[in-house]
Amino acid sequence: MSILTVRDLATHFHTRDGIIRAVDGVSFDLAAGETLGIVGESGCGKSVTALTIMRLIPPETARIARGSVEFEGRELTRLSEEQMREIRGKSISMIFQEPMTSLNPVLTVGTQIAENVWRHTGVSKQQARERAQAMLDLVGIADSRRRLDEYPHQLSGGMRQRVMIAIALSCDPRVLIADEPTTALDVTIQAQILDLMLELKEKLGTAIIMITHDLGVVAETTQRVVVMYAGRKVEEAPVEELFARPLHPYTHGLMRAIPRLDADAETAGRRPRLKEIPGMVPRLDRPIAGCPFAPRCDFATERCRVEAPPLEDHGKGHLAACWETARVQAVAA
Amino acid sequence: MVAVPSDAALDATNDTPSLAQRIWTPIRRNPTIFAGAVLLTILVSLAVFAPWLSVDPLKQNTINRLRPPSEKFWFGTDQFGRDNFARTLHGARVSLVVGITVAAISAVLGLALGILCGYFRRLDAVVMRVMDGIMAIPSILLAIALITLTRPGLFIVVVAIVIPEVPRVVRVVRAVVLSIRAQPYIESAIAGGTRGLKLMVRHILPNTLAPLIVQATYICAAAMLIEAGLSFLGAGVPLEIPSWGNIIAQGRSFFLRAPWCIFIPGAFLALTVLAVNLLGDGLRDRLDPRLARRM
Repeated sequence: MSILTVRDLATHFHTRDGIIRAVDGVSFDLAAGETLGIVGESGCGKSVTALTIMRLIPPETARIARGSVEFEGRELTRLSEEQMREIRGKSISMIFQEPMTSLNPVLTVGTQIAENVWRHTGVSKQQARERAQAMLDLVGIADSRRRLDEYPHQLSGGMRQRVMIAIALSCDPRVLIADEPTTALDVTIQAQILDLMLELKEKLGTAIIMITHDLGVVAETTQRVVVMYAGRKVEEAPVEELFARPLHPYTHGLMRAIPRLDADAETAGRRPRLKEIPGMVPRLDRPIAGCPFAPRCDFATERCRVEAPPLEDHGKGHLAACWETARVQAVAA
Repeated sequence: MVAVPSDAALDATNDTPSLAQRIWTPIRRNPTIFAGAVLLTILVSLAVFAPWLSVDPLKQNTINRLRPPSEKFWFGTDQFGRDNFARTLHGARVSLVVGITVAAISAVLGLALGILCGYFRRLDAVVMRVMDGIMAIPSILLAIALITLTRPGLFIVVVAIVIPEVPRVVRVVRAVVLSIRAQPYIESAIAGGTRGLKLMVRHILPNTLAPLIVQATYICAAAMLIEAGLSFLGAGVPLEIPSWGNIIAQGRSFFLRAPWCIFIPGAFLALTVLAVNLLGDGLRDRLDPRLARRM
């Protein structure tokens, strides 16, 4: 059963240079307790999608141009700011990329966790503090009673991200949106944080939207993946299916850009040179005719440049927006 | 013969620092705060206990006019035979009261305006232009104009100094608010459902306090100098209240015969301003959260 349904969502930024179509028709479903990955390179609209769901896009410039976000039967795009505040941090929480700067340096860790609990649940301050301590224990911070009274600068980056997770999960949210939660951390800490998130997901039954550009993170943590390009969803599939059979040339390109250390590469006599995807993300300030990926695509034909490919179902819950999936599949195999 | 401390004695020194250590360590780490605080404490106590430490500063005794410092008159006497020691101590009261109230009032007003300006961009455009306008007027001239329009007194002196000092605080606070607003933890707090007023008071305000306190000490020092300047020019507190400014002003005609009338209150003024500035500099170093971890 889906708890969060996003349909044809489009977020446009009205700037002096014209309209930037940062998100332009994205749809997906998130089932209760599921982990959904959203991948894509910088500037493809992953973060804006997340911020649009939370209604945190800057009101001066950004507009939700069309589409709907339905959460537990409520249409989030039409809620008042007051109603939205009730949802933020309680039913839907968010973790940001920068653990070093996402905590207020002048408030203790305990205060920052307790404040979220206190604001959303109306318990006493003492109870909120106890809850904060329990959350620190839950995210694996030792000596939680002492840590409650420490300031963020006294914690390491990994610990701060644990505190961010503690804040995000302190009110038992149904959905946790993690926007590149491990990008700023070093690799061993990344693994610990991802393990922690998965463990807590099992324990608390929270659904996670994992936004990342790291396909390794996607493979390890998610069940289903949405691949975004130029503000659109270009492919969606269960995670094993996506890695086994990428149907969109962009996904295919992303996968060829991952270094391989396995036996196949060794027996081939030499490590194959990593393939980058040539070119740049297209400008989003004017409508794109045809497939947005066509200018960078090895498989592009005349038709791709003129006619936008629709999302087609290729079985096993695998959707891809490409005219040439048969050729992509032949090369990938 | 060198005494070898026993193991027990060594343990004791390691576990609990001795009284001397407990007092000495913070002093060694923050010598400027300590020096400023000690100087200021002495000056404040002298000012507070002035009526008990000295005689009536207004009592004239023409027989003893222009006496040099002696056992009877520690700081000498002025041209009316008034005790300079009493006048200088009572003058400290005026300076400190003016310095502290000006600093407190401009800090509170500046904080409120600065946070509102940093938060509401429309208000900012209007208020900051007004602030720029106030800053363009020389503060001494504004004070003289205000005081000639009304009856001279301590209250009007404070008001006249607060007006030109407020924009300085507003600028500092507003700049901090603007940079804090762009921090990810503010976005994070909004993502957690924090509302506007709460965001300002709980998340933004504490971040402005450190620079605000430092700015307030500088304003305190500046206010004491401006008050002395105004009183020297005859536009400050009335003559029946001795202040360092008007003591110096009255002493200047007898500068060559009685230099103590000028030098002693002048030295007190310089020392007080120095003490407040030392405190401010020390606090600035200490309140920076990045330096705080040294403690």
